[in-house]
Parts: sequence; C-alpha cells; structure tokens
Amino acid sequence: MSKGNLTRRGVLKTGAVAGAGLALPTYLSAQESGFTNAPTGSTVTLGFNVPQSGPYADEGADELRAYELAVEHLNGEGDGGMLNTFSSKALQGSGILGKKVEYVTGDTQTKSDAARASAKSMIEKDGAVMITGGSSSGVAVAVQALCQEAGVIFMAGLTHSNDTTGKDKRANGFRHFFNSYMSGAALAPVLAANYGTDRKAYHLTADYNWGYTTEEAVKSSTEAMGWETVGTVLTPLTQTDFSSYITPVLQSDADVLVLNHYGGNMVNSLTNAVQFGLRDRVVNGKNFEIVVPLYSRLMAKGAGANVKGIFGSTNWHWSLQDEGSKQFVQSFGTKYGFPPSQAAHTCYVQALLYADAVERAGSFQPCAVVEALEGFEFDGMGNGPTLYRAEDHQCFKDVLVVKGKENPTSEFDLLEIVEVTPVDQVTYAPDHPQFAGGALGSCNNGA
Amino acid sequence: MDAIILQILNGLDKGSAYALIALGLTLIFGTLGVVNFAHGALFMIGAFCAVTLSRLLSLSHKVEVPGATDFLGNPQMRDVPYIYDIFGESLGASIIDWAVPLSILFAIPVMILIGVIMERGLIKHFYKRPHADQILVTFGLAIVLQEIIKYYYGANPIPTPAPAAFVGSFDFGALIGFEAGQIIYPYWRLVYFAFAALIIGAVFAFLQFTTFGMVVRAGMADRETVGLLGINIDKRFTIMFGLAAAVAGLAGVMYTPINSPNYHMGMDFLVLSFVVVVVGGMGSLPGAVLAGFLLGILESFASMREVIAIIPGINQVIIYLVAIIILLTRPRGLMGRKGVMED
Repeated sequence: MSKGNLTRRGVLKTGAVAGAGLALPTYLSAQESGFTNAPTGSTVTLGFNVPQSGPYADEGADELRAYELAVEHLNGEGDGGMLNTFSSKALQGSGILGKKVEYVTGDTQTKSDAARASAKSMIEKDGAVMITGGSSSGVAVAVQALCQEAGVIFMAGLTHSNDTTGKDKRANGFRHFFNSYMSGAALAPVLAANYGTDRKAYHLTADYNWGYTTEEAVKSSTEAMGWETVGTVLTPLTQTDFSSYITPVLQSDADVLVLNHYGGNMVNSLTNAVQFGLRDRVVNGKNFEIVVPLYSRLMAKGAGANVKGIFGSTNWHWSLQDEGSKQFVQSFGTKYGFPPSQAAHTCYVQALLYADAVERAGSFQPCAVVEALEGFEFDGMGNGPTLYRAEDHQCFKDVLVVKGKENPTSEFDLLEIVEVTPVDQVTYAPDHPQFAGGALGSCNNGA
Repeated sequence: MDAIILQILNGLDKGSAYALIALGLTLIFGTLGVVNFAHGALFMIGAFCAVTLSRLLSLSHKVEVPGATDFLGNPQMRDVPYIYDIFGESLGASIIDWAVPLSILFAIPVMILIGVIMERGLIKHFYKRPHADQILVTFGLAIVLQEIIKYYYGANPIPTPAPAAFVGSFDFGALIGFEAGQIIYPYWRLVYFAFAALIIGAVFAFLQFTTFGMVVRAGMADRETVGLLGINIDKRFTIMFGLAAAVAGLAGVMYTPINSPNYHMGMDFLVLSFVVVVVGGMGSLPGAVLAGFLLGILESFASMREVIAIIPGINQVIIYLVAIIILLTRPRGLMGRKGVMED
C-alpha cells in the first residue's frame, strides 16, 4: 500500500499556482483589450440615448425606429437598407466583427443631466461600447464630454449648434448632422436670389447655445450678401406666446423676420407671426418674408399651413432621389408605414458608420474606431459624397435648402427641396471664427 | 404710441388667458380651500377637447387618387371625411372649419364631468390635509394627466386653426385714426379677449345674482354657519369645482388657434397663473382677474426691444419681480382678504 503525499498545504499551493495560471490568459486578454466595455461574448451592445419623454419625444421615437432598423440590417435581417448602397463594403450583415448587435435605450428627456445619467447607466450597467442619439445640442455636448471621459465612442444624433464640433468638440465624438454655419451658408444665396440683396432682417432667437450660433451664422451669411440686420432679440426658451415679440417687428422697418427657433418655439413663433399678418405686409416696397433656418418635418407638421412658402434648411429629406435615400425610405416606409424624418436618417447613418468603422479597424477599441472614421470618405448614404473631417469630426456633405410646400399631397409631404447646396459652398476652415476655441484632444480608450 | 397700443392689446390678450385660469384656481381655493396644481392640466385638457372634436369631425375613409402614387410607389390614397358623405362636401367642410367654436359645446359637459370626478375621486380626500399635501397630490395628478394626453396625442404640437372667417388681422389703427397697417391685430385674439370678458362676466353674474351663487359666497365666507343652516354646502362646492374646470377648459379650447396645443401647455401657464392668484390676493376673484390683466400687460411691455436694451433680461423676470414688490408692499396681494391662508 502506497502512501500518497497529499497534504493540505500542498493542495493549497498547487491550487494557487493552477488558479494563477488559469487566470493569466484572462488577465492578459483584459490587458490586450484595454478599453471600456470590450465585448467578450458573441454579442456587442450599443446604447441608443434618445428623448423618449419631453417635448422632442416624437423625434426621439423616430430616432429609435431608425436605430432598430439599423440593428436589423447590421444583423442581416430585413432588406439590408443602405448597406446595399453604402460605398464601403466592410459590413456583410453578420453583425459587427461577427458579433450580433444588441442594444439598450436611454431617455435623454432633452435635459443634459438626465441624458448624462442615462448614458452613464448604459455604459456602466449595460456595457454599451458606443452611445448615439439625441435631439438637442445641449444634450449632445454634455453626453459627448461624458463619453470622452468614459472611453466610449459618441455618434451624435440631431445636433445643429456649431459648438458640437466647434469649441466643445471631443476626440471620441462624431457628428453626421449639419450645423448652423452650413445652414447660413446654404440659405443666404437662395434668399438673395429670391428676395434680393437689399433687405432688412430682424432676428428672434431662442435664448440658448443653439440659438446664438444659428443667429450668428445666418446673420453673417446674409450680411455678406448685402442684407442689413436691424434687430436681434433673444426670446426665453420657455416662451409660448410670441405676440409681444412679434409686434415690435411691425414697428421696425424690417422686411424679413428670421426665426432662430426650433421645436415648439418654432411652431409657436411662426404661427404667431403669420397670425399677425406679417406675410401679407409690404415694407420698403417689398413683400415681408419669414425665414426658418432649421426645418424639421415633425415641426412643420405642428405649424400646419403656416409653413407654406417659407424657406429653411434641412440635413436630409425623404423625397431625395439618390439610391441611398430611396433604399432607406423603402426599408423604413415598409416597416413603419410612413417616411423617415431627418432625425431618423442621421441616426441610422451614424449607427452604420460606427459599425463600418469597427469592421474596417478590426477592433471595437475607441482609438482604432476614431482612426478609421477620421478622414473617411463615403457615399451612398443619402447626402452624396461625404467626408468625416479629421480635424473636427464633422461630416461635410451637400445641404438641402427647402421651402414649405404650397399644395401638400399628404401629412408627410410638407417640404419641397429648392436647392441641393454643394458641399464646397458649406465647407469652412477648421479654425473658422464661428468654431473657435476648444480642442479635440486625444482619443480615450477608457479602462 | 402705436407700439404702446399694440403691447396693451397683447397684454390684454395674454391677461385673458391668465385671468381665466386664475379665476378657476381662485374659485377652487375660495370654496374648497384646496391649492389645485392640476388646474393647468384642466386648461390643457380643454384644448385637447378641441383637438378631439376636430379629429372626430375629420374621421375619414380612404379613396384612391387615380394615377397618383405614394412614397413607396403604392396607389395614392386620399382621406375623405365621413361628414362629407353625410352633409355634402361644402357643408361638411364648413363644419370641420368651425370645429374650435363647436368644441365649446363639447368641452363644457366633458370638463364639468372631469372636474367632478377629480374632486369626488381624489381631491376631497385631501381637504383636511396640509396645503403641502394638496400641492403634491394635485401636481402629481397634473403630471399623470399630461402623460396620458402625450400617450394618445404625441409630444408634438397639433395645429388646430380658427375658422377661415377669423384668419387674418384687423386694422385696429385705422379705426382710431392711425395710418393703415400701423396697428393690426389678429381677429382670433380679439375674439379670445371678448370671449374671456364674457366668461368672467358670466361667472361673476352667476355668483352675484343667483341664489346658488349667494349660497356659495356665503359658504366661502363661513362654511360652518351655512352648513348649520341645513344647506349641503359640500355638494355646491363640488359643482363649483366642475364649474372652475369648465372655465379652465373653455380657456383652453379657445386658445388652440393662438398656439398649437401640446401636452405641456398647462404647465407653461400654471406657474404664471399661481403668481397671478398670489398677486391678486388668495381667494379674491376680482383680484385674480385684475392681476391677470396687469401682469399680462407688464409682460408685454417688458418684451419690447427698447425696454430690454435698457434692462437686459427683464422680459424673463418681470412677472416675478412685480410679484416680489407687491408681496413686500401688500403682503395679502392686491385685493386679498384678511385671514385667508393665514391660519
């Protein structure tokens, strides 16, 4: 009978060495991934942070529809949507890097603190490797800063303020949507062609960051065309009845009113301006005109017949006839029964662009994704040839000048495209004064 | 001068809405002693009565448009309201056009019913509770009501235009000797002011000249004594709650052509209306009306470019500034009575 030398101390020693040996690969792999929420299983989680309550809830709902469609297409379900027209062919409908795409959602409530809290929760609790969405520049800037600190990528949703890719830009943040400067640059020549170069403009501007940058952009673009700005008045964001701001316009010698308002502000100020007969007035021998720099179909619907004939700009419109837009409208319309909004479009495209960048980089690591997106040129996504500029992470593409349709054929057919402004006309230097201050900094991989 | 007249008109118009909401708030506070933070929600529900009737009248069936296709390439369908089939296209279109004024008839019973259900079902349980409890429960109720409306109608504003006959502006200046086009004012806003004056007059007349009103006023002054006389004052106060809800609802119905209604519109008015009530004097009906118009006019003047140039930001704080000054100099408000909310 042999006696085994199995002792308690020996077992503990062997166990400790074996445990350390088994743990080593895991430790090394964590070291190798070295970034926040590196996907480990067969799935990858994306975080869709959209307004599900509050004044932009309808826009948020459309963003979420677009994201769900994007996830379907990324996972190889449905008709593939814009994957069929996207110039990059890295995505094959097999998820991202072979991992099935899953998602979690957060409610921004269109409040910066709530949006940060929901993004934080999706990153920390749900393991989201990328955050995207939103319908406000305040929210975009706040969430972008959070993602930078946390070491995840932020693909902005609808945000139009210059500051998102200007003084508040971050290396981990990317914006596909156009901005205030581009609206001004696209609109001014169309306004000059339609209303002449001898005009006196009066601005009513929402008293927050987006309002300021839009007023500045439209003012400088129209003044460069020969217009004179005779008045600018800031209106409280909470204002609902704009009558007391409209009546001073009647007393001024202005012949154009520029409404730097969005959402409910835009619906109400435009409705009030039309009620006060501004569009029937003749001032300085010219017909009085109203301009809405940033249009959205959902807001146009709220303002009803008041939008007819009024110029503005949009990032995208469902009536575009390029192959990418037609494909997206077909996919979205078939699934949901109505055409997508510009918010839905930008969010869908952002989700695909992120996934494509990961495929091309061969890694979910944020710095690798940043490198893949910087300077990336693509087409087939509805806006013509587009560049994700490396210097500020802003997309440069054609901009649409639209006008409220006189005879809509349906509740979605509210805007008509007046001009597709070529990208060269809306491109600016990275150090343009309207984008001064701030720095991208370096990308952050997080953990 | 013309600018001043225009801002006075604006102020009267804004004041009309403030006064109507504040009147209802004061009626409820004066009769039931409840601080009702859900009152703004009643204004909003009134506006959605107009939206609902407008939608009911516009209920449609689809008819194919020959030769046209929709955005997906399917045959284009056109909505034809059932009302066209019943009354013919011309009369049917007129009925839909007049949906907002017609909503007054729809809103009165709906709002009274909602008011009575709200009072009997929830608020009566809080009569003896501290004001803080009442504020919390009614504020919570307001949020629940607005979320219900948002669930069914969405978050976007819904355009609900005035009848075509009232679209456009009236040249008020030409009437009083100014140059044409100098002082123009939208027809519907003038209608709103006249309507508000009518409702306020009717409420005062009801309280002043009817036996029911007399009993209610007596109950507001001394509830216990009226009760000891064998009068069921609680029942009358419940009816007053319904009446106050109807006043707020009608204010909302008629407001829809001025600004497209959305689920949040009640909250936008609520805080201002409370300031109006406090400035007017808690429990004082004439005070609420007077303060409504006064603050409406001051707010309009503070929005003038010339005024903002002298005191930047005054447009954002004027109402609260005036409230502070009035409460410092007249702690019970403009027409407040001794003993109200002072126990």
